Amino acid sequence: MEKQVILNSKHFELTINRLCYQLIERHNDFSNTVLIGLQPRGVNVLERIKTQLESILGKEVVCGKLDITFYRDDFRRRETPIIPSTTNIDFVIENKKVVLMDDVLFTGRTIRSGLDALLAYGRPEKVELLSMIDRRFKRDLPIQADYVGKTVDTLISERVSVEWKEIEGEDKVILFTPETNG
Amino acid sequence: MDSLSVDHLTGIEHLTENDIQLIFKTADSFKEVINRSIKKVPSLRDITIANLFFENSTRTRLSFELAEKRLSADVVNFSAASSSVKKGETLIDTVNNILSMKVDMVVMRHPNPGAAKFLSERVDAKVINAGDGTHEHPTQALLDAYSIRERLGEVKGKKIVIVGDILHSRVALSNIFCLQQLGAEVMVCGPTTLIPKYIHELGVKVEHDLKKALEWCDVANMLRIQLERQDIKYFPSLREYSMQYGLTKEILDGLPKKIVVMHPGPINRGVEITSDVADSDQAIILDQVENGVAVRMAVIYLLASKIERQ
Repeated sequence: MEKQVILNSKHFELTINRLCYQLIERHNDFSNTVLIGLQPRGVNVLERIKTQLESILGKEVVCGKLDITFYRDDFRRRETPIIPSTTNIDFVIENKKVVLMDDVLFTGRTIRSGLDALLAYGRPEKVELLSMIDRRFKRDLPIQADYVGKTVDTLISERVSVEWKEIEGEDKVILFTPETNG
Repeated sequence: MDSLSVDHLTGIEHLTENDIQLIFKTADSFKEVINRSIKKVPSLRDITIANLFFENSTRTRLSFELAEKRLSADVVNFSAASSSVKKGETLIDTVNNILSMKVDMVVMRHPNPGAAKFLSERVDAKVINAGDGTHEHPTQALLDAYSIRERLGEVKGKKIVIVGDILHSRVALSNIFCLQQLGAEVMVCGPTTLIPKYIHELGVKVEHDLKKALEWCDVANMLRIQLERQDIKYFPSLREYSMQYGLTKEILDGLPKKIVVMHPGPINRGVEITSDVADSDQAIILDQVENGVAVRMAVIYLLASKIERQ
């Protein structure tokens, strides 16, 4: 696999900052908005955005984590079952504006499951999607993000990985390309 | 360890510690699901499950049915009292007839020990044992151990005494296997006539004095006296049994530490356990029932992931 950094730590920070201001443009003081990260990697996006937003706004933003394992459409199409992560939504989403967050938007299937899982908690007024990376050209479902960190055009055989200071040691986005023979 | 090592749940005896931990971890998530306002997930939309009860049951059957419905599976129920079994049909024929209607999984309770294993070797469906005679009742043992884990943090190193009719109890046998697999110490306690002769070979302690047993343990699992399985008299009278082996508030309060009291139900209040003990905050009897649904959802979910898709 060939590695290529497509977002380094400096740009990473700028991107997070820009996403925060875009959110503020639409949601003002977040009095009727909640942020929900999709388990597992969307939670990293959520936590970074939450920290940054709160330091800009100077107030707390309501956040939750959502696990979508039981709502996936590939159950029994995999070798082994996926082990669920925890869901932690201790507020009412009825009539709230919800911003779903994930790290990479690719086929759109995860988001589809996330929407289903979300509706089990009530009927939000509006749902928006924020994704750190948008991989175009391989969408299986008619789903688009409202806020995008970076759009990348990739081949299906390639892989995009968002890495975090807290976990991998450095903020960056890497594109993995399989080496071609000859 | 992301998949069970078995294709059917016929008994705890065949499960590894990893299997049990995997079931518990999955059950944690389902416990969160059944406490939401919408207590249902769509995972098993394309699976049909038959509940075959050749023996009476209220709690277990209800618990399985709820677990299946909350996973969005289609459910059919069958009870021996109103079936062709009475007309002389064999078990295999009955089940194969049901399976021809495209059923993917069978939950079975049967009066004969080994019935679930027998079935699992002969039919093309996943089999879950919901109690086979005096042999095993695996999901009960799993929910018991899960409830201990929930109350005490972990099962490992804990001392658990099972009191009562060990001889006729499938709950006792499954509990022994499950708790030992998780690293707990197990003791059985009851009158000599109700303790199987060679039970110590399973590595459990045997005690005939209830008070001593309770002083030793962290958790007491009080079993029901199964009068329906006793064809001869094993003790002079129920009154005498409850005098010697009934758990009262007085005994409970006289113990050096606060123990946890469990009961698989149905309770005979005033026989193996008095009302004030059953309703005390040391009893986790209703937690056991709630956890039963989550644990059964986990078992069904994990086995269903092994069903091959056509």
